[in-house]
Parts: sequence; structure tokens; C-alpha cells
Amino acid sequence: MQINLETRGHVLIVRLSGELDHHTAESLRIAIEKELDRDIVSSVLLNLNELTFMDSSGLGVILGRYKRLSQVEGRMAACCLNPHVERIFKLSGLNSIMGIYPTEKLALAQL
Amino acid sequence: MEVINKMRLSFPSLSQNESFARQSVAAFALQAGDWTLVEMDEIMTAVSEAVTNAIIHAYEEVVGEIHIHASILTGNGIEIVVEDNGIGIADIEQAMEPLFTTKGEQERTGMGFSFMESFMDRLSVSSAVGKGTKVRMVKWLAISPADESV
Repeated sequence: MQINLETRGHVLIVRLSGELDHHTAESLRIAIEKELDRDIVSSVLLNLNELTFMDSSGLGVILGRYKRLSQVEGRMAACCLNPHVERIFKLSGLNSIMGIYPTEKLALAQL
Repeated sequence: MEVINKMRLSFPSLSQNESFARQSVAAFALQAGDWTLVEMDEIMTAVSEAVTNAIIHAYEEVVGEIHIHASILTGNGIEIVVEDNGIGIADIEQAMEPLFTTKGEQERTGMGFSFMESFMDRLSVSSAVGKGTKVRMVKWLAISPADESV
């Protein structure tokens, strides 16, 4: 899985491509934690446009980062989900705790 | 219900095997018929959940073997069995409760079995402590109204 990071103001944009599963989840956890530790960003946007696979392990790493951000009143959003990933978000209820947007632009406007 | 074809896949309980395992089963599943892209994602996710469970829970500090048996069934179906010879599950009912997990500190959501149940048409789990666990799933191709009229 490729992780592309961009800091725009107070938002960390995380663009994923490839597969997010138990094997690759740890690398995502480490990458986001490292950026959050720098105390520059207070919100995270996950751009899942090029994510080809996700299972509950992916939800776990996303939820873990959400919990950390919540503790400092930070926010998290996701954009560009494919139909299957969107279904997984809905099944888990993740869509009710973070905004889901069709484009990066719309998501950034809310963060 | 007859078996038209079957395959068997065995590999060590290493996380790098999760991807090829779910993709292999999906490739084999194509023999059952023309699944939609969403159905293929569902099959891959269900397999990924079962395999991940075996990797994380079955063999705690050691590496063991995971066996997948898949069968193509008459009537456009696939049966997938994911089996391990690991520590087993003491309370299967509890393990299958949504959000139940014994590894919360590892950011496990406890949603694996819920996903398998949502994405497959049948799910059954058998296990014996100290012996291993077997997860059996079945999925049928959805018949479109056009097919039913034939």
C-alpha cells in the first residue's frame, strides 16, 4: 500500500492507494502517528480514491486515529470512497462519526 | 448440492499472505459464475476476515499453517472453509458477538464475524480448544429477474 501525505494548513491529507488490511494497517498507523506527534495538524482527511481493498483491520486503524484526534478535539473525514468501502463504513457506523465526502475539495471545506 | 470443482490452499499464518489468499479464492470463485464487482469484494473481504482471525488468534507466538478449502457448487455457489490447528475458541457464541474482541489493545474492532455474516449467505464456526478452528462460509450468485424467466 502506498501512503501519500500532504499537510495543508491544519489538515493532514492522507492519500492511500492499494490494499488496507491487517498486514498494511501498521504502516498506516505509524505514518499518521508520526505526523500527529509533530503537533502541526489538528485534522485528518483520508482520501481513499485509489484504495482497492479494505477490511475490518483498516477500520481499526482509522478508528484508533479518530480516538486520538478526538482527545484533542481534532476532526477526521474521508473522501472518494468506492461503493464497497462506503458499505463497510456504513456497516461499522464509522460514517456517523466522521464526514464522508465525494471529493477532496468538499471534505477540506468542512475541516 | 454437488461439488463441481474444488481447490486447496495452505500457507503459513503470516500477514503478508492475507492478500494473495483472498485474491486466490476470488479467482477460483469466478468458476461459479459472473459475480458482480461488489460480490467479488464481499467474498474477498470475508476470506480476509477469516484468514486474519487465524493469523492473529490461532497461533499466538508461533507461526502455524492455515488451510483454505474451496468448492464450486451446482447452482452457482461457492463454499469456502478456512481452517487452522491453533488454540481454538472456548466460547464460539461470545466470539461471534458483534464488536467482541480479545485483542482490543491491538486496535481490533471485533467486526470480523459480523462482516463474514453480512457478506456471505451462510456462516458456521466449529472449534475445539487446543485443537483448532474451522470457519465455513457459502455464497450463492444472486439470480437476476431476466435469468429467472428462462
